[in-house]
Amino acid sequence: MAGHSHFSPANVEEHFEFTSEGKRRVIIAFIVGLVATIIGIYLLSKGESGGHEIAAAGHEAAGAGHEAAQAHVSGGAVSHQAGAEEHYDWTNRIWANVWLNAVFFTGIAVVGMFFVSLQYLTKSGWSSVMKRVPEAFPKFLFVSIPILALVFFFKGDVIFHWMHHGVTEVGNANYDKIIAGKSGYLNKNFFLIRLLGFGAIWIILWNMLRKKSLEEDLIGGTDLFTQKVKIGTAFIVVFGASSSIFAWDWVMSIDTHWFSTMFGWYMFASWHVTTYAVIVLAILYLKDKGLMAYVNENHLHDLGKFMFAFSIFWSYVWFEQFLLIYYANLPEESIYFLERWEGHDKIYKASEVLMVLLNFLLPFLVLMTRDAKRTRIFLKIAAFLIIAGHYIDFYQMIMPGVLGKHGGYGLVEFGMVTVFASAFIYMISAELTKASLVAKNHPFLPEALHHDI
Amino acid sequence: MSSTTNYILGVFDDEDEVLHAVSEVKSKGIKIDEVYTPFPIHGLDTAIGHERTRLPIAAFMFGTLGMICALSLISYTMVFDWPMIIGGKDFFALPNWIPVTFEGTVLFTAFGLVITFCISNNLFPGNNVEPLDLRITDDKFVMAINLDKNKLGQDEITKALKSSGAIEVNVK
Repeated sequence: MAGHSHFSPANVEEHFEFTSEGKRRVIIAFIVGLVATIIGIYLLSKGESGGHEIAAAGHEAAGAGHEAAQAHVSGGAVSHQAGAEEHYDWTNRIWANVWLNAVFFTGIAVVGMFFVSLQYLTKSGWSSVMKRVPEAFPKFLFVSIPILALVFFFKGDVIFHWMHHGVTEVGNANYDKIIAGKSGYLNKNFFLIRLLGFGAIWIILWNMLRKKSLEEDLIGGTDLFTQKVKIGTAFIVVFGASSSIFAWDWVMSIDTHWFSTMFGWYMFASWHVTTYAVIVLAILYLKDKGLMAYVNENHLHDLGKFMFAFSIFWSYVWFEQFLLIYYANLPEESIYFLERWEGHDKIYKASEVLMVLLNFLLPFLVLMTRDAKRTRIFLKIAAFLIIAGHYIDFYQMIMPGVLGKHGGYGLVEFGMVTVFASAFIYMISAELTKASLVAKNHPFLPEALHHDI
Repeated sequence: MSSTTNYILGVFDDEDEVLHAVSEVKSKGIKIDEVYTPFPIHGLDTAIGHERTRLPIAAFMFGTLGMICALSLISYTMVFDWPMIIGGKDFFALPNWIPVTFEGTVLFTAFGLVITFCISNNLFPGNNVEPLDLRITDDKFVMAINLDKNKLGQDEITKALKSSGAIEVNVK
């Protein structure tokens, strides 16, 4: 290092301190979320789920009042969801929300690993100054994968139509030929094996990568780098299959009769762009605290380009999925959009429109110019829009199938997402303190420190 | 690059040196026309102080033109000239048209930009551009200073170039 001292990154080591003040704030947010959830659950148990809360959310006030009146009216179009309707119980909304948030935050966590792996696979230099941030994300898998497994194991029949009693038994009143035909893949044991198996592989590979990454801070050298390239490559191979499989399992199989060949891409795109938004917010937060000064507007520009590009990519995939279904006009396919547009007393229509605005149009306009991608405030606005938009995106994927016309935006939704978000922030912050914020012995660090676009 | 203009060419053989020389020469009040290099040098554009290209504005206009052309073509053929029912949709079925509109936009933008770029850089078939110094395609970095655009005389500029590390100074 001494030989070329003006490139030496030895002086860039710096540590993030998760202060007691910061901890207190996150814990307060967690408690507020928890209290909101509990009040929401209490209201649900009193049967006041619809009216108040949907009106409070403001978007669906029109549909809200009619919920009780139209409880028994469901259009022919939504009749195949009758299974979900019959089994409806007010607690279903709690489990649907736990599932929604667990899927959403699992995605953010695992795409952190995907991003780092991709940087290793492509031997990218620019990202080495900020890779410690996404590298910390997968820590949350330790929480979210067990939550997914437990909710599935105990309350899977609430969420998945194919787990309803008797749907695969010939002669049963609930017998459903189509679901029975899918039962070789969609059955409780195999689902759990996939969930835990791939979840474990994700966690193990991340642990290996993380360990080597921390080791590199101490000893340096390129051997560790090559080893991490191998781990990253292995992870991308696994993730290529498992992200699609989990998209089918966790979300698409909720609407068991329906399928889309683009769904794996669609959900991956949604996870991916959300994670970029979270990375940007995390880095900007650290920069606002005076840390990561070496992450300059050139790195932010690259991250902004990623956000911009992948919000367009998401829009492309979302629209292609819609267009093919719209064009072909097959009833068994178009039911999916019918439910989100006109079905269920139209309660999902407003958020469907809002989602496309938040995920496509607004980031597109906000991040269009070069200057916007280099300006913190625009990046922050875009990141918040994208995160909110993709939460609604997942809401739109999951809720119509699970809750039908009993869905809504209420205290349970707001509380639950606050609980998960603060838990995520707490775990990631704690993980960030364990290492220098910059991988100081990363072989490409000098390149990143001189990044200029 | 017509032969009537008077250029002073400072030849450098290191990219770091030419980068430093740019700010040094500029600080002496000399206006640099262009720096020719065999490969891109990070930070050179900002050092010379080039204005940002206006190509994005052209891109937007070509894109808008493409979008209008695509939409007019589809709506003329599918709605007015020869209406056809496809997939049971309305004649004016906008979602169906988005892919073609998108492709039209991209096509017009791409072609329009390439053509604009070539015209603005005097690049078109039959135009034989002679490099100011052939070695800029090999291993030398050449700083071109237009005498007509500078108040300082040839001698002073030559001195400034030499003192900031030019290995030779030529006039063309």
